[in-house]
Formats: sequence, structure tokens, C-alpha cells
Amino acid sequence: MNKWLSPKSFFGIVLITAALVALPFLLGMGGGQAWVRIVNFAILYIFLALGLNIVVGFAGLLDLGYIAFYAVGAYTWALLASPHFGIHWPVWAILPIGALVACFFGVLLGSPTLKLRGDYLAIVTLGFGEIIRIFLNNLNAPVNITNGPQGITLIDPVSIGGFSFSGTSEILGLTLSGPQKYYFLLVALAILVIIINLRLQHSRIGRAWQAIREDEIAAKAVGINTRNIKLLAFAMGASFGGIAGGIFSAMQGFVSPESFSLIESIMVLAMVVLGGMGHIPGVILGAVLLSILPEALRYGVGPIQMALFGKMLIDPESLRMLVFGLALVLVMRFKPAGIWPSPERKRELTEKSGAKA
Amino acid sequence: MIGEVLLAAQGIAKHFGGVKALQDVSLTIRRGEVYGLIGPNGAGKTTFFNCMTGLYVADGGSFQFAGARLAAHAPEQVARCGIARTFQNIRLFGNMTALENVMIGRHVRTKAGVVGAMLQTRATRDEEAAIRQRAVELLHYVRIEDRADDLAKNLSYGDQRRLEIARALATEPKLLCLDEPAAGMNATETAELRELIDGIRQDGTTILLIEHDVKLVMGLCDRVAVLDYGKLIIEDVPAVVQKDQRVIEAYLGA
Repeated sequence: MNKWLSPKSFFGIVLITAALVALPFLLGMGGGQAWVRIVNFAILYIFLALGLNIVVGFAGLLDLGYIAFYAVGAYTWALLASPHFGIHWPVWAILPIGALVACFFGVLLGSPTLKLRGDYLAIVTLGFGEIIRIFLNNLNAPVNITNGPQGITLIDPVSIGGFSFSGTSEILGLTLSGPQKYYFLLVALAILVIIINLRLQHSRIGRAWQAIREDEIAAKAVGINTRNIKLLAFAMGASFGGIAGGIFSAMQGFVSPESFSLIESIMVLAMVVLGGMGHIPGVILGAVLLSILPEALRYGVGPIQMALFGKMLIDPESLRMLVFGLALVLVMRFKPAGIWPSPERKRELTEKSGAKA
Repeated sequence: MIGEVLLAAQGIAKHFGGVKALQDVSLTIRRGEVYGLIGPNGAGKTTFFNCMTGLYVADGGSFQFAGARLAAHAPEQVARCGIARTFQNIRLFGNMTALENVMIGRHVRTKAGVVGAMLQTRATRDEEAAIRQRAVELLHYVRIEDRADDLAKNLSYGDQRRLEIARALATEPKLLCLDEPAAGMNATETAELRELIDGIRQDGTTILLIEHDVKLVMGLCDRVAVLDYGKLIIEDVPAVVQKDQRVIEAYLGA
């Protein structure tokens, strides 16, 4: 509510900005570009988790097929910017198209599920998610649209006004690798996405979503058109998925249906639930933790075993999933509302009257 | 003060399987009055309410509201037309604050969309401020302004009832329907509720009241209708209804 930042929060913002700017360079110094890539994927997962948070966290609609919209966005970009069809449209055209196409699919897949809730909705959306993946897998005949299981290769990277985000380049005397450049693009987009989500949450539409989550019949009785407002949630969530998918496509240069399996949907849902459903900072934390943690385990488990026992006792890959699963169980046992759930609302009214007095 | 017909129900029928919950119920509510709907348990009062507010589809008959036919099975359109309701078993948005609950009531009278919210346009910010201000006023009106920032589920029972009324009033209803607002209240709370309902009537809102508390109904209502086994047995002023033999039989089961 306060227009002027207190010195403390100003200092905090400066610190966070400095950390965000320094991060890719620190990671780059350590161990090549692998960790920068991992952080980039973590930011993509933030987009996805925030998008799904609109559907699951705000509107309370359990969606197990969310990754389908990520796939739709990724393939939209891939088809419009690759030699597959020989189309190479610019980023400012494809990114909105990707969001719109995903949004369209959000409404398309959302509309048959409007009367479903809870478990039933989860099963149907799970089916839809798989349908999209299987379509992508098989749409190489009779007309080759998606190139089937081989996927689409040589996808154009993001480039703005002749400046390409792939490959190394020098800016202001600094040498920036491809992943490092993507990092800054992603951080900028992430800030935008977070602001949009915060604004939506505290808007008339955001309140209507929450009302539907709390009590759909009461929401109808106070005049909320639950059908339209639910479709809007599906559409908005899908759009964020579509944007994330587009950038994924451009960053990887390659997409194939196997990137969009059910486990991905479940991962994104786990990020939302684990972080704190409906609470934006919590969801961001969940996305960062669940995308970084498995990678950290992957790189950490092997060397630690070698140091302790002198040989590999357990295969790092299987131990990674074990630790990961255990962590999920523990969080759900001791923090059922998520790691960072929304706090009890502050007394805005008393704050205001206090300022006057 | 009491004027033309606001709501006219004609031949409303509703059955659940073989149970005839409502049979040929016709009644009229005039603008500015407090209209009571009473009857023993299971007489069909809430069923009538649900048919009117679009939660159920009536099997027969129709509702005329403010000169137009009410759409069947479209609660949000009914709310838009100007009928607001509360629920017998309170239905608040439990994990939202009292203030937010009332702000949601403003949804139907406001129009900011997704784009406005994203860009925070001048119009959106003004509308949002107006929504908030009106919600605060309504919390004052039902006298729970000091609970504004508490989650609805943490409010006391009586305050939850008041909050539900505030949320209903936020939709700017022409007709406010209260489904057993005094249920579970003690004598003091009931007296305060009566004061509140009286105040709402003074401010020009017509009220339909379903109630078990006969004393409250007889003291407050201008006219009363009695339902028994899904049939309307009488519609008249309280003094007449009280002495009617059929009403006494219905209640005492003679």
C-alpha cells in the first residue's frame, strides 16, 4: 500500500538485483554452462508453475494435463521458426501466436470439463494431456505436421533485431554465452509474468476465481458467471504455458513429444502444491526447489559416495528419485499447506486509519 | 410505501422422484414489503427459494420479476436481475477475508477484465477503489467492520450470518431473500438481526424471509405465506395467518 519504499526494502531490492545479475557469471565460472542452463530451466518452470497456479491455486480446478499447453506452445514455435516448413517468423510474432494457440487449446479442453470437479476433473485433464502428446507423436502421417517421434530440429533461437540469443557474443566488454543471454531474457520475462500474476490475483477476476474455489454454488448465487470465469482461468493458465513452451523450443533448438509426458505435468503440479497453492512467492519457491534439487542431487550424490565409501554403492540416478520422493513426503507430512503458504492477511484497514491518525 | 408487484410466482411445481416438494405454489411479493414464508420442516420453503434463485429448475410454473420472466437454472442471471440470497447453511468463501467476501458481491455490478487488471488502467484502479469502499461501508452497515480482515471461517456464527447479508446486499438487490437467518441464534442476536432487517427495509429493499422463529416472522413481516407439504395454504397479513385453523393444524399436526 505504501507508495514510497522504506530504506530497508530498497536495500533488499538492490541486493536481489545484484544477486540476479551476478548469478549467471558466478555459475559460469564454476562449472561451465551446465548450471546456467539448469537455472534457465528453473525459470521456465516458474512460468509453468505460475500458470498452473491460476488454474489449481486460484480457481481450485485440479488440472493434471497442464503440460499439454507447454507442448502446444513449444510446437507452435517449432513449426513457425524452423526449416521443417521453411517458415522463419520473428519472435514478436511467434510468441504471441504461441500464447494465443495455447489459450485456444485451454478453452477447447476446458469447456467439456466445466461441470466436473476434483478427482473427475483430474482424470479428464490427465486424459487430455496424453491426447495432445499422442497427437504430436502421430501427426507425421498422412501429412507430416509434427515429424512424429523424431521431433523437430534446427529451431531458430530467439533473436531480437538481429541480436541472437544463441552462441557467444560480447556486450560492453563482457563475454556472454548463449545460456547466459537467455538467462537475462528469462529473468526479464519472469518479472513481467510475476507482476501480471500478482495483479490478476488482486483483481475482480482473481477474486472471482477464488470464490469459485471456495464455494461454487455461493459464487453463482452472488452473480459470478462460473462458466466464463473458469474458462478464463484455463485460458490464462494455458497462455503462460504456451509462452514457456515457445521459449523452451527456442532455447533447446529441438522439440519432441517425449518432453511432454505425464511426469512433467505432475512435476509442475508438485511445484504448485509443495510451494504453497495460491501463494505466488510460495509457488516460485516450489518451482525453483523442485527444478534445482534433482539436478543438485544428480551432481552431488556420486562424488559424495566416492568420498565416503570409495566406490559407488547406489546408482546416483535411482538415489536421486528416492531422496526426491522422500523430501516430498516429508514436506506433505510436516507442512501440508506447502513450504511457504500465504500468511493471514494483514490488517489493511487498521493500517489506513493508523496513517490518518 | 408498499407498492406494485415485484415478484410473482405462478403455479410453481417441483418434485424429486415421487416426492412432490412443491405443488402449484403461486404468491406475489410487493415492492417494499417484508414477506415471510413459513411452514413446518420439509414443507418446501427452501426448495421454493432454490427454484426462484435458479439453483433448481422448477418442473412447472414461472417467476415474473420486476415485469420480466426470470431465467430458469441461471443463478448468476437471477443475481444480475436483482435477487440476492443467503443460505440456510451459511455458504461464505471461508478462506477469504470478510472484506473480500463482500467485494465479491460487487462482481456482478462491476466489469473490470483481465486486460484492465494486467495493465492497471485508470478505470480499473478507480473501480477497484470503489468496490473496496462500498464493501467497507457494507461491513459498517451490518456492524462487523472490525472483523474486515479476518478470514470468514474464523468469524462467530452470528457475524457469519451478518457477513452473508452484507455480501448479498453488495449485489444491489431489489429483493433480498434470507433463508432462516435467525437459525441457531439466541434471543439477543435475534433481536439485533430484527433491527438489521428492519433497517434494510427502511432503506428500500424488499425482503423475502424464510423463518422458523414464528415470533420474529409475525413481528417483522407485512405479509406471510404458509407452506405445508409443498402446498400454499394461506397468504395474508400476520394477524389473520396466526388465527387460521389450517396453519395451527399444520404446525401442531392436529
